[in-house]
Amino acid sequence: MTSMNWSVVQPELWLLVMACVVLLADLFVTDPERRPTFWLTQLTIAGFAGLHASAHGSGEVGYGMNGMVVVDPMGHLLALFAALAMMATLAYARHTLGPRDMLKGEFYSLSLFMLLGIAVMCSANNFLVMYLGLELMSLSLYALTALRRDHAIATEAAMKFFVLGALASGFLLYGLSMMYGATGTLTIPKVFESIATGRINREVLVFGVVFVVAGLAFKLGAAPFHMWVPDVYQGAPTSVTLLIGGAPKFAAFAMTIRLLVEGMLGLAVDWQQMFIVLAVASLAVGNLAAIGQTNLKRMLAYSTIAQMGFIVLALSAGVVSSNTLSAGNAYSSAMFYLVAYVLTTLGTFGLIMYLSQRGFESEEISDLAGLARRSPWVAGVMTVFMFSLAGLPPMVGFFAKLAVIQALVTTNVPLYIGLAVVAVVFSLVGAFYYLRVVKVMWFDEPVHAHALDRAQGVTALLAINGAAVLLFGPFSGGLMALCRDAIVKALAS
Amino acid sequence: MGLLSIAIWLPIAFGALLLAVGRDQNAGVVRALALAGALASLLVTLPLITGFNTGTAAMQFVEKISWIERFNLHYHLGVDGLSMWFVPLTAFITVVVVIAGWQVITDRVAQYMGAFLILSGLMVGVFCALDGMLFYVFFEATLIPMYIIIGVWGGPKRVYAAFKFFLYTLAGSLLMLVALVYLYFKSGGSFDILTWHKLPLPLNAQTLLFFAFFAAFSVKVPMWPVHTWLPDAHVEAPTGGSVVLAAIMLKLGAYGFLRFSLPIAPDAARSYDWVIITLSLVAVLYIGLVALVQQDMKKLVAYSSIAHMGFVTLGFFMFNELGMAGGIVQMISHGFVSAAMFLCIGVLYDRVHSREIASYGGVANTMPKFAAFAVLFAMANCGLPGTAGFVGEWMVILGAVKYNFWIAAAASTTLIFGAAYTLWMVKRVYFGDVANDDVKNLVDINGREFLMLAVLAIAVMWMGLYPKPFTDVMNVSVAELLKHVAATKLN
Repeated sequence: MTSMNWSVVQPELWLLVMACVVLLADLFVTDPERRPTFWLTQLTIAGFAGLHASAHGSGEVGYGMNGMVVVDPMGHLLALFAALAMMATLAYARHTLGPRDMLKGEFYSLSLFMLLGIAVMCSANNFLVMYLGLELMSLSLYALTALRRDHAIATEAAMKFFVLGALASGFLLYGLSMMYGATGTLTIPKVFESIATGRINREVLVFGVVFVVAGLAFKLGAAPFHMWVPDVYQGAPTSVTLLIGGAPKFAAFAMTIRLLVEGMLGLAVDWQQMFIVLAVASLAVGNLAAIGQTNLKRMLAYSTIAQMGFIVLALSAGVVSSNTLSAGNAYSSAMFYLVAYVLTTLGTFGLIMYLSQRGFESEEISDLAGLARRSPWVAGVMTVFMFSLAGLPPMVGFFAKLAVIQALVTTNVPLYIGLAVVAVVFSLVGAFYYLRVVKVMWFDEPVHAHALDRAQGVTALLAINGAAVLLFGPFSGGLMALCRDAIVKALAS
Repeated sequence: MGLLSIAIWLPIAFGALLLAVGRDQNAGVVRALALAGALASLLVTLPLITGFNTGTAAMQFVEKISWIERFNLHYHLGVDGLSMWFVPLTAFITVVVVIAGWQVITDRVAQYMGAFLILSGLMVGVFCALDGMLFYVFFEATLIPMYIIIGVWGGPKRVYAAFKFFLYTLAGSLLMLVALVYLYFKSGGSFDILTWHKLPLPLNAQTLLFFAFFAAFSVKVPMWPVHTWLPDAHVEAPTGGSVVLAAIMLKLGAYGFLRFSLPIAPDAARSYDWVIITLSLVAVLYIGLVALVQQDMKKLVAYSSIAHMGFVTLGFFMFNELGMAGGIVQMISHGFVSAAMFLCIGVLYDRVHSREIASYGGVANTMPKFAAFAVLFAMANCGLPGTAGFVGEWMVILGAVKYNFWIAAAASTTLIFGAAYTLWMVKRVYFGDVANDDVKNLVDINGREFLMLAVLAIAVMWMGLYPKPFTDVMNVSVAELLKHVAATKLN
């Protein structure tokens, strides 16, 4: 662990260099649509994804920067998924930027820096590196949210996001410093070893864990730390909403696994209890509050909280009766759920952007009225997304829920079986508001008669996204195996 | 690809094709393509009837390939005597539905036809699936097209009905999902239904499983008191939707009792048979009375469906061959009869745009050909000997006598109630003097309507006069299932 081992951080170095290149190159772009910047950014991310994919192929676990970063299949996989999510996000966002005064080079370079932050978090092996990555990602996102400067709601959202995000970071940092104080190390595996000795004052550790979990819950958007989610999702320009709701979820997941599982598995009894509370609260708040929403983005924000509840629930089932037999199952189901969720989220917000036009945001649920008449294809794709979020087979969302329920039930603990029942009951509540979107699209008559102006390429992307959500359900075996393999290797290292 | 796979995926492929290329501008092509797809899907199920070995209770036409290894899921299909007839029945009803919607549906034709074809494939999948999760996937996926069908082509309160239908059935099936995962865990990581049949389980686990399955299937059947979605769904759904709902979808629930509840939790089933028997008798008696006072023809037939399905579940829990076989025969015959009843209402509704009994009177005077069919189907609905409706009810009553005379006596009142509400409706709608100008201007059925009613009439008569092909298929499987249920699975 004590060597620089530069080769393991190749993808991040490439991303850093290219982010600077994009920043500079954009100064010389004269094209009004900033096509060269867009394509250079996509190329950068594609290269980054390719580097991670090939590194994942080798399947090795290694350390770099004197043990500051770890590279393992989980890190590669999450970074790869985040990169793909970013590529899709930027492609969806592209045509919406111009009309909203957001078509600036900064949009692309900030996105790249954000991805860099995500990548750092995915492979952090040290509390400070993790924090560094988190701040790089968060600061880029704050700036992106505020990018539409003269738009009051967006600015307000950015302000809320920043204040609450900074608070959460503070929580996290405070918790981490407690852990450091108790264990005397910032390196995650050493924290683990130190806790495992059993000689550390447990009260200090638990005190620290509470703050770490609170900080993570903020970042994941789990209730009762969810307040920022609806406001930011609704207030931010949709392209930025997708930037917030897509790729960073992978980073939050990586952070949870690295900190709580790889570092503090010895305290699982404590943080799992908190996770159960967070999960049930998220399922309840998310699903019940979503029912009353009329704004589609706000509804999806509450739906995100509910979906995060499922992920947190899966994470809470790792250590049962003091053994970790079910850990692989639980964490890999959470990871698969996350992939399924982000895939669907990309589509839904992508579709909102697709429907938005000059001076018209298409954010209200009622704006979708009669979509099936205006464009059956688009309505069909949105229907697939909604049923996937509701967890109806054969969409990928169902198999994700199945994985989580399987992880809960196979613990064979009455508490977790009861939680599985709670989870399915709340998904029944959730089905109602997803169904309402389908209802508006199919059963209502169109309000907006004008045809959709189809952005070239985005239609194809939407179709691919829809097909992926539909087909990754029945054909999810490979993806599940990937997640499982990644988690098992991460647990072993 | 095996026969069952083709029976499942052929209609789905046709449905997807229709959704992809069909527009209202080319509605003629869409209809032709839909009919071709439905007919082809029916044809491919025929080798199932001819090639079925009635001498064994084992699964036939089995296909098994690995599906999702993480959960040890298999794409495992097969039919036995309990399920075989439902495959051709589903395909047959789909053909009828396509014909029924031929001229009536003019708006979004491709989506209408596509939804029914996809629904048909999914329902065949439910009857063939031998992997618990595959079953669940098909079972739940059927909700999506039906929701759209009710919501888009339904009546004035279609939104309410569609939501109620969807949420009621989803509520039941979600508990089943937990039960399935629990069985997966208990069986050491298998979703194979046949493995579950052999799995020993303590009584409390069986009880929980039994009631979890009961939640899913009783909503679907539907049994009193969770039946309230059905009248709403039936009244608001377009004719084709009502036909599929009554003829096939309700059977998914009843079939679930045979495939899951009884063989997986036999001890619980025997301990709690009184729950099912009581609820079934309530369905037969009380719902029969409810049907009597309906003003709306569709509602009347919907309530009569609940009463008839009460007979099915009653037969299953008599634990003897006559009762169980009678229940299955009743499922098939109700598939034909209820489909025909709803089509008859559809024929009238297309002309007068009213489902109220009071809007009609003396239809037989202006539509003699149609009235002949309608009266035949009404007779079948009240269980006249010689029609399909009689066979199943008779077998169930005989089975019930063996179990307990008073249950049989209570159940047999259905013959009175059934006759009462059906014949009273027939009298008010078809007989008597021509009631108003609407009825006076009625035009008798055209060739298309004649065709769809005629094939159903043949089926109803055939099943009533010569039910042997149906009962022969199920006898061995029913005997095997009863033997299985009689043995304890406690360990």
